[in-house]
Amino acid sequence: MGKRVGMEVSIAAAEAVKQANVDVISAYPITPQTHVVEHLSELVANGELDAEFFCVESEHSALSVCVGSEATGARSFTCTSSQGLALMSEITYIASALRLPIVMIIANRALSAPISIWNDHSDVMSIRDCGWIQFFAENGQDVYDHVFIAYRLAEDRNVLLPAIINMDGFTLSHVIEPIEFIEQEKIDRFLPPYQPVHRLHPDRPVSMGGIALPPIFTETKKAHEVALQGSMPKILETWKAFGDMTGRYYQPVETYKAEDAETIMVIMGSFGETASAAVDLMREEGRSVGLAKIRLWRPFPFEAFKQATLHAKQLVVIDRAISIGGPGGPVASEVKAALYGEPIRPVVYNFVAGLGGRDVSPSDFIKMVDKAEIEIEEGNREGYEIYGVRE
Amino acid sequence: MTEKLNVFAVRTLTQKEYFAPGHRACQGCAEALAVRLVAKALGRNVIIASATGCMEVVSSPIPFTAWRVPWFHVAFENAAAVASGIESGLKVLMRKGRLPRKKIVTIALAGDGGTADIGLQALSGALERGHDFIYICTDNEAYMNTGIQRSSSTPFGASTTTSPAGKVKMGQITWKKNMPAIAAAHNIPYVATACPSYPIDLVEKVKKAASIEGPAYLHILSVCPTGWRSAPELSIKLGRLAVETGIFPLYEVEHGKYHLSIDFPRLRPIKEYIRLQGRFRHLTEEMIGQIEERVRKEYAELKEKAAKGVAR
Repeated sequence: MGKRVGMEVSIAAAEAVKQANVDVISAYPITPQTHVVEHLSELVANGELDAEFFCVESEHSALSVCVGSEATGARSFTCTSSQGLALMSEITYIASALRLPIVMIIANRALSAPISIWNDHSDVMSIRDCGWIQFFAENGQDVYDHVFIAYRLAEDRNVLLPAIINMDGFTLSHVIEPIEFIEQEKIDRFLPPYQPVHRLHPDRPVSMGGIALPPIFTETKKAHEVALQGSMPKILETWKAFGDMTGRYYQPVETYKAEDAETIMVIMGSFGETASAAVDLMREEGRSVGLAKIRLWRPFPFEAFKQATLHAKQLVVIDRAISIGGPGGPVASEVKAALYGEPIRPVVYNFVAGLGGRDVSPSDFIKMVDKAEIEIEEGNREGYEIYGVRE
Repeated sequence: MTEKLNVFAVRTLTQKEYFAPGHRACQGCAEALAVRLVAKALGRNVIIASATGCMEVVSSPIPFTAWRVPWFHVAFENAAAVASGIESGLKVLMRKGRLPRKKIVTIALAGDGGTADIGLQALSGALERGHDFIYICTDNEAYMNTGIQRSSSTPFGASTTTSPAGKVKMGQITWKKNMPAIAAAHNIPYVATACPSYPIDLVEKVKKAASIEGPAYLHILSVCPTGWRSAPELSIKLGRLAVETGIFPLYEVEHGKYHLSIDFPRLRPIKEYIRLQGRFRHLTEEMIGQIEERVRKEYAELKEKAAKGVAR
C-alpha cells in the first residue's frame, strides 16, 4: 500500500502529473487552477520532473501547444478553469477530432458575467459536446488516481481520445485531504511511455488536419462518435486494472444506499460527499433516500445509470450549471433522455444549486429532497427550479 | 550535397518537390510558388504547422495531400502555438532518448490574416518564449480564402470586399501594418522579407532562418491575381515591381542589424505597380501621390537604418 499524506488536492494533482512522466506542460494562470501549475513549475525548476514547461500567453495557446507536442508523440498536460476553458474551447473540439490523447484538469469555476472565481460546472458544460472523455472527481484521491487512469485510457490504441478530469474549484482544488500515493514502479508498469500510432516526424511524413468536403465530413464525425462510445469497455477495463493495482475500484455511476431507495439524489463532482452525509441524516429518520454519483460524464453511461436508478420512485437531480432558456440543468436533461425509453421510470425533479460558489450543505440537500417529494406528490412531475434564490 | 553549400543558384535548387503539384491553388498564385520554394529550401527534415487559409484549403482535401513532408493544420490563429508545441515535443523526446537526435526544422506557416490579425498574440507569445522555429507569413494582403476581405495587412487604397471603393470611401483607409518591424521588436535573431519573384534571395533567407537557433520570422509578399484583380501571368512581374517601387523592400534584420538585400538608387514610380491591379483602379492621382510619398519616406527610413546598421 502506498503512502497516505495530507495534502492540498491541487498539489496532489500536480504530483500525479509528475508521476505520470508528462513530457510537455503548457498552461496559462487562472484562479482556481493556479496551484496545480505553480507546483508543476516548481517540480520542473527543481529538476524533479523532466518536462518542457511553458507559461504561454493565453489558454488558447496553452491547448494549441499541447496539440502540437502531443502530435509529435510527447505526453502533454494542461489545466484551466472557467474563462480560460471558454477561450480554449475552439481547440478542445480539434484536439479530440485529431485523436490526440491530451489530459486536462479543469478546476471548475463559474463563467462570467458577473465574474466569479468560485465553483460551479458551467465552464465544462459549455464544451459538453467537444468529444473528450470526461470524468468528474468526488474527492482528492479521485483527482490523483484519474490522472493515471486518464492517460492510460486516452493513449490506448483502441481509444486515442483526450480526457478531462473535472475537479471542483476551491471546494476540491484548495482543500487538504488525505491522499494515498502510489509507488512509482507501480505507476510505471500501469502507464508505460506513450507510443503513438502516427506522429509528426520526417521519417514517416503524414498530413494531419486536412479539410473535409461534404462527402466526407459526416463520416469523420461518425468515426469520432464510434470512438467515444466505443471507449466504454476500455474505460471499465482501465478502472478494473487500476482497482487491481490499488484496491480502489471506480464505476461510471457510483451509488450510496441507493439499492432499496425510493428517492435517489443524482449529482456530479464534490457534491458527492456532502450529499452522502445528507443521505445518512435522512436514513436515520427512516427515510428511503439514496445517492447516485455520475463519475463518467462522457461517454454518458446510459446502461449503468439505468441500472442504478430505475427501481426508484423519484430522482432528485441536482445540477451545478444552468441551461438558460432550456429544460433545466444539463445533468437532468441527460437523465431524462436516459430514462425516456423505459416503460416504467422514476419521476425526475431537478434543482440547480451551488452556482458561483454558493455553499450547499447537507441540510440543503435534505430541503431539496423534501421539496421534491412534496411537489411530486402534488402532481408536479417535471419540476425544475433554482434552489436557494434569495428574494 | 548542394543543399549544404552556402551559395545558391537556381540550378543548385533541388528538383524534388515537397509541396507537390496537383494542389488546387488559383492560376498565377504566387503564394503557392512561395510555399513551393520554401519547401525546396528546407528539404525533408521539417515539420510544417499551417494556419487555416488558402494554403491549407488548396493542399489538404481529405483524403488527398500535396505535402510530402509532415504537415499539420489545427486552426486559424494558433500556427505559432502549434509550432511551439511541435518544437518542444521533439526537443523533450530527443532529450529523453525516445526519438533519435537529429535536426528537424519546425515551421509555422500562415497568411497575413493569420499573422497580423488573429494570430498576432500567439505569434508574439512564441517569439517571446524563444522557440527554435521559423514563422513564415505569406502575405497576399487580404483574406483571399474567404473572398478578398480586408486585413490589417491590406495596403492603403486597395479595394476589397469589406473595404470597397465607394462614392465616399476610396477603398482601404488604413496603412499596412508593419509586421516585420513588430517581429523585430521582439529582439529575435532573424527577421527578413522575401518575395518569390526573387527565388534565390527567398531560398537563401529560408536556409539562413533554418540555420539560426531561436525564432526567425519571414514575411513573404505573395501576389494574388484573384484578390488583386491582376492577370495571372503578371504575378512574377508584380512581385518585382513591388520591390523595385519600394513598396515591399527586401531586407533582413539580423540580431537587430538592418541590411537591404537589394538596394535601388532610384525607385520606380509606384504607378507602374498600381496600374496593373484592379484593386487600385479607382485611385485618384492625388491618392497615388499620397502613397508614393509614404513609400519614399519609409524606404528612406529603412535605408537609414541599414546604413547605421542598427535596429531602431
